[in-house]
Formats: sequence, structure tokens, C-alpha cells
Amino acid sequence: MAVTLTPTAATRVQKFLAGRGKGLGLRVGVKTSGCSGMAYTLEFVDEASPEDQIFESNGVKILVDPTSLVYLDGTELDYAKEGLNEGFKFSNPNAKANCGCGESFSV
Amino acid sequence: MALLQIAEPGQSAAPHQHRLAVGIDLGTTNSLVATVRSGISEVLPDKDGRALLPSVVRYTNSENIEVGWEAKALAASDPRNTIVSVKRFMGRGLADIGDLENLPYEFIEAPGMVKLKTVAGELSPVEVSAEILKVLRQRAEETLNGELSGVVITVPAYFDDAQRQATKDAARLAGLTVLRLLNEPTAAAIAYGLDNASEGIYCVYDLGGGTFDFSILRLTRGVFEVLATSGDSALGGDDFDFAIYSWLWNTHNISSLSPEDTRTLLTESRLAKERLTDIAVTDIHCTLTDGTQIQAILGRDTFFEITKPLLTKTFSPVRRALRDADLQITDVQGVVLVGGATRMPHLRTAVAEYFKQEPLINLDPDKVVALGAAIQANALAGNRSDNDLLLLDVIPLSLGIETMGGLSEKIITRNATIPTAMAQDFTTFKDGQTAMSFHIVQGERELIAECRSLARFELHGIPPMVAGAARIRVTFQVDADGLLSVTAREQTSGVEAHIIIKPSYGLTDSEIANMLTAGINNAEHDKRMRALREAQVEARRLLDATETAMSENGHELLSKPEWDAIWNKIYDLAETLMMGDSNSLEGLRKATDELNAATTEFAARRMDATIQRALSGRQIESIQV
Ligand SMILES: Nc1ncnc2c1ncn2[C@@H]1O[C@H](COP(=O)(O)OP(=O)(O)OP(=O)(O)O)[C@@H](O)[C@H]1O
Ligand SMILES: [Mg+2]
Repeated sequence: MAVTLTPTAATRVQKFLAGRGKGLGLRVGVKTSGCSGMAYTLEFVDEASPEDQIFESNGVKILVDPTSLVYLDGTELDYAKEGLNEGFKFSNPNAKANCGCGESFSV
Repeated sequence: MALLQIAEPGQSAAPHQHRLAVGIDLGTTNSLVATVRSGISEVLPDKDGRALLPSVVRYTNSENIEVGWEAKALAASDPRNTIVSVKRFMGRGLADIGDLENLPYEFIEAPGMVKLKTVAGELSPVEVSAEILKVLRQRAEETLNGELSGVVITVPAYFDDAQRQATKDAARLAGLTVLRLLNEPTAAAIAYGLDNASEGIYCVYDLGGGTFDFSILRLTRGVFEVLATSGDSALGGDDFDFAIYSWLWNTHNISSLSPEDTRTLLTESRLAKERLTDIAVTDIHCTLTDGTQIQAILGRDTFFEITKPLLTKTFSPVRRALRDADLQITDVQGVVLVGGATRMPHLRTAVAEYFKQEPLINLDPDKVVALGAAIQANALAGNRSDNDLLLLDVIPLSLGIETMGGLSEKIITRNATIPTAMAQDFTTFKDGQTAMSFHIVQGERELIAECRSLARFELHGIPPMVAGAARIRVTFQVDADGLLSVTAREQTSGVEAHIIIKPSYGLTDSEIANMLTAGINNAEHDKRMRALREAQVEARRLLDATETAMSENGHELLSKPEWDAIWNKIYDLAETLMMGDSNSLEGLRKATDELNAATTEFAARRMDATIQRALSGRQIESIQV
């Protein structure tokens, strides 16, 4: 399994990377805290760590550290617009409950 | 489900702690708000996709305040209550305002700054500006889905202290935390990334709707200094419209016009001017109130010819500024064009010829100031990995707040560059808690007792809620002068308490050095103490939450054996905490984990029950931990 991007999300990431002028790809991770235990993180990557798992989806490199991968395997990222707001959206088969705020989840 | 943005490496904010920062161009004619999202600075449009917000505020007697396009549309029909170009009155007394007789307002002299009499009463320009800022704030918060932690607002480089202070006051009134005010030309230069460039002299040529501003900046080690400013406060794009209008008048034998026809013709002239930026020839067509048809064909050549004197007029302030700064044209490394009117092709050619180099034009000239302000706001809010932008001064010791268990929660960490602002959310510990006290401390140690106490204050009037439901945002702000102010605000009711402290007062350099080394030497001990205190707080919170949950719907959701099992674990934990060896970290953690495990199923059932009642799952979260 892997972590993947929808074509729309991939196009956005490529645009952001181009705008930033540098970067290997996108780091997707989880960290503890938040109101129901875990929260997603999304960062640009300048340097890969040796233990990173690297996936390629629609032309974008996605890096995930092994601990995060336990929680993220099978996750797909989409780019969505909701009203005025727009950004990346996670659909994670491992998540049981989403916190109302949507940034954290429990497994 | 929230929508996430991509952060710089290692900069992912913890959830609920995003530092949303925006830049605001509070203009005379138009205002804008911009932010950095996923590394790119962009202007935030309104629901109809419009980036600009006309800086027009209309007051009506029904307490209704209109801002922007609607207000602008009604300016002509209700001039006294529709305030346009309020920026011109900020921080100004009656004597400072030039053409009083041409303005439709009723001014009242007040100490320091004029007031305007409207149907809504006497208003200070600060209040009027705050209305514009509130609309931009709301737009930003809706777009970014959260409360703003700080803003950068731009002001003309020639603004004096009173005008700057008035701008800050307006922001405060609009509920905004100003990270800093930024000079408009500097913002434009930052938008072009000139601060990353080599050192040198840059000029900013800003021709807006009604004003012309010219500034010369010097960049040294990433910091811009304004060397000279000049301009013409009565020269702008409007004059180019008027040139076309006069041409129509002359070529069509118009003798007299009603005010309404004048407005129509001026608008048509402006639209023709804007079209000529992209095409070589354009039609002007309009019908006057008496049925007369006006029809004309205007080519670029004619337009350029009739407006050439206006372009020439802009170069005398340019010469003056260069002379003031004692510089030659050859010293200028780059020229930035700002303001919608700099889109005109013949203007660009004239500027290129004058400076003997192509001006920078690839950013939208009416957005460039807001874009630069957003980049600065993003850096000041601490969202960038390379935090070297405009490094002015740093905080010598961390500033924090006392949390449960006598621990210091650091809000602004040592070496943060000032000015800066950081916010953190706290919540109530007890059901029905209506007040909260805050203790502000300075130092690197984990335990409050070992930090320096700076101040205490209280927040009253929190509406009674279940523990953990109130959201109290505590904002620490340190301004460029090192002045710390702390605000606590309960989000649902808006109750607020505020205190200002001068943190470095009374601390000598050697005291600071001592506190720093003590912090490093005792790190191990502090860490264990912190873990223990945290475990104690956690245990108490879990006990409180579980007991509340049990009494709420334990009977309805649990069988008798399940009910007893949970109570047994509650007793165990309470005993470990209160009677047993509460200093044993491991014992406390074990008992807490066991109660957690025993309540997992109960929490899930409560969650289902709550969802069925279409309520938010807030109370349960505290049990789920
Ligand atoms: N495509 C275009 N071609 C020519 N002029 C244009 C174009 N678009 C906008 N303008 C002109 O730009 C001017 C408005 O510029 P801008 O929005 O920068 O003003 P402002 O900054 O609010 O004004 P000020 O600086 O005087 O407060 C108007 O005169 C408008 O007609
Ligand atoms: Mg302007």
C-alpha cells in the first residue's frame, strides 16, 4: 500500500513547489496531540531521511517516515475548495473518528 | 474536515495552533488582504471573486454600516454619511487637512484628530478605518478558517507617528494584533524578493487613483531603509480619466453637463483608458440624460499625446527625491512599479527611458503592496524556516504562562525576533468555571517557582460550560520596543482581559545570563518534574471528565458490571493521586492508562449517542485522550 495524491492534489503540489523554487516533494506525517490524539502534518521536503519511505504519485514524490506510515497507509490526499477556503483533504482508511476541527483523528 | 496547507520543513504547527498571519494594504482608494499559503503569497478575494475592497464606509441611522462596493455605489447619493479616502484624515487635525471646502463632510475639531459628524454620531477616522479592517479580517478568517494571530498593515513611508499610531489603534479596534506597520514601498520591494537580492538602491514609483508616491530605498543586510520620499498628493489615474473627458468635451462641442452626466462621462473615460492598456483603439459610447449620443473613437496615439504632460509631471518629484538622497540615476539598481495606473504602456516606456532600465512589472501593480505585507507577516508570525527577514532584536528569555501544576508553558521562546506575537488556547478545568487567573513568567526553567514572575491578571465573565469546552486564547505580543502585552479572550462570549508589561525592566545582563545557565543545568530534573506534574494534571482531568460522563449518561449506556468496573478504576486512580504515592510517575501513569482503557468503550457509546443527538463530541474527547 502507499500514500497517494489525486491528480488535482498533485497539480497543486507541483505548482507550490515551483513557486517555492526548491524542494524534493511532499512530506506527509502524523504527530500526537490534537483533541483526539493524532494530527496530520504536511510539509515541503528539502532533504530526505534514510528511513523515509518514498512513494511517487501522479508525478510527485511523497515521503513518509515509518512511524507515520503505520497510521497513514492507504491514505489519499485530495485538493478541495470549500467556500472561500481551499486546501488539502485527507481520506484515511485507518481513521475511526475525526475531530470536529478535522486536523486530528484517532485510530 | 479542515483543509490543510503545506508548511516549511519542520514548521508544521500543532493542531489548533496555526499562526495565521495576513498582510493588509489599507489604501486611500482601495484596500486588500493577502496571505502566504503553501509558500505562495496571494491576495484573498471576496465571495464574488473581487480582490479590491473600496475604502469606502457608509453609515445609516439603522446602525447598519456598509463597507466597500455597496458603499461606493451610494457615495454620490449620500455624501455626508459615506466616508471616502478616510486615510487622509488619520492622525490629522483640522489644520492639517487642506481642501476642507471641497469635502462633503461635517468636521469637528477634536484633540489630536478631527472627527466626522454622521447620522451614526461623531466618528473618529480611527473608527471608520476599523470598519474597513473588520471586513478584511472577516474575509481572511473565513477564507483561512481560523482566527488571525497577527497582521502587517502598510502605511505610506511619509506617515508620521500620529498617523502610524492611528493606524495601529484602528487595527486594535478591529480586533487585530499588529505585528508591525510596514512602509508601502518596502512592502512592494519585499514582494519582488529584492530583500534576497544584493545590497543596493531601489526606487518605488507608485501611481494610484488619486496620489503619486515616489520612494528611494536602500537595502543593507536584508533591511530596507527609506532614503527619501516625494510625490504629488493630487496626481493619479483620475487625472488621465479627466484628460479623456476634456478631449471628449472639446471634440464634441459639449457646453454644459449635469453632475450625473459628468459622472457618467468620467466613468466611460476611465474604462476607455483601461481598455487602451491592452488594445490600440477603442470606442467610447454613451447616452446623456437628455438623449444626446456621444460617440468617439480614441486611439493610443491620441491618448498618449493628451496625457504626456501628466507623465512629465511625475518626474519632478522623482528628480527631487534623487537630489535629496544625493543620488544619480545610475546608482539605481531597480525600479518597482506600484498602483493600477502604472499599467499604462506609455507610462512604462517613460519610466524605462528615464531610469535607463526596464522597471519590474511582473506582479499585479495594485496587489504588490499587499503581497509584500503578507510575506512579512508570515515571517514575523514565525512560519518561515529561514527566520532572518528583518531581524531587529531578540527576546533574551522565554516568556510563558503558569499552567496547572505550577509549570511554565512557554508562549514566546528565547531568541524569537521582535516584534512578534504568539497565541495559545487554554480551556477551563472545572465544569461551570467562570473565571481564570493568569500568571506571566519569564525564564527557561520548567517550574514556575524557578522563573521570574512578571505579572498576574484575571479573566472574569467566562460563560459557564462543561470543563474543556471554553476556548480562551491567550496572545502574547512583544512590540518593536520590547513591550509585552498579554490578552486573554474567551472566544464564544468575547470577554477579554489585557495587561502591558515591560519584560526586560529590572533584569541586568548578568541576571539574564544566570537564569539561562540555571535553565540548562537543571534541564534533566525539570523534565522529570514536568512529566510528573503533567501526569498529575492529566489524572485529575480524566477523573473529572469520567465522573461527569458517568453521571450524565452512565446509567443509560452501561450495564451494571461495566458501571462497577469503571468506578473501581476511578477509585484506584483517585487513591494513587490523593492518598498513595503521588510522586511516583510510573504508578500514576499506570492507573491513568487503566482508567482510560476501562472507559474506551463507554466513550465510543457516548460518541454514538452524541452524534445521534447531533451534538458535537466535545465532552467525550477529554475521556478519550
Ligand atoms: N488596466 C488599467 N490600465 C490603466 N489604468 C488602470 C488599469 N487598471 C486600473 N487602473 C487605474 O489605476 C487607478 C487605481 O489604482 P490603485 O487601485 O492602485 O489605487 P489606490 O492605491 O487605491 O489609490 P491611491 O494610491 O491614490 O490611494 C485608477 O485610476 C484606475 O483607473
Ligand atoms: Mg496606493
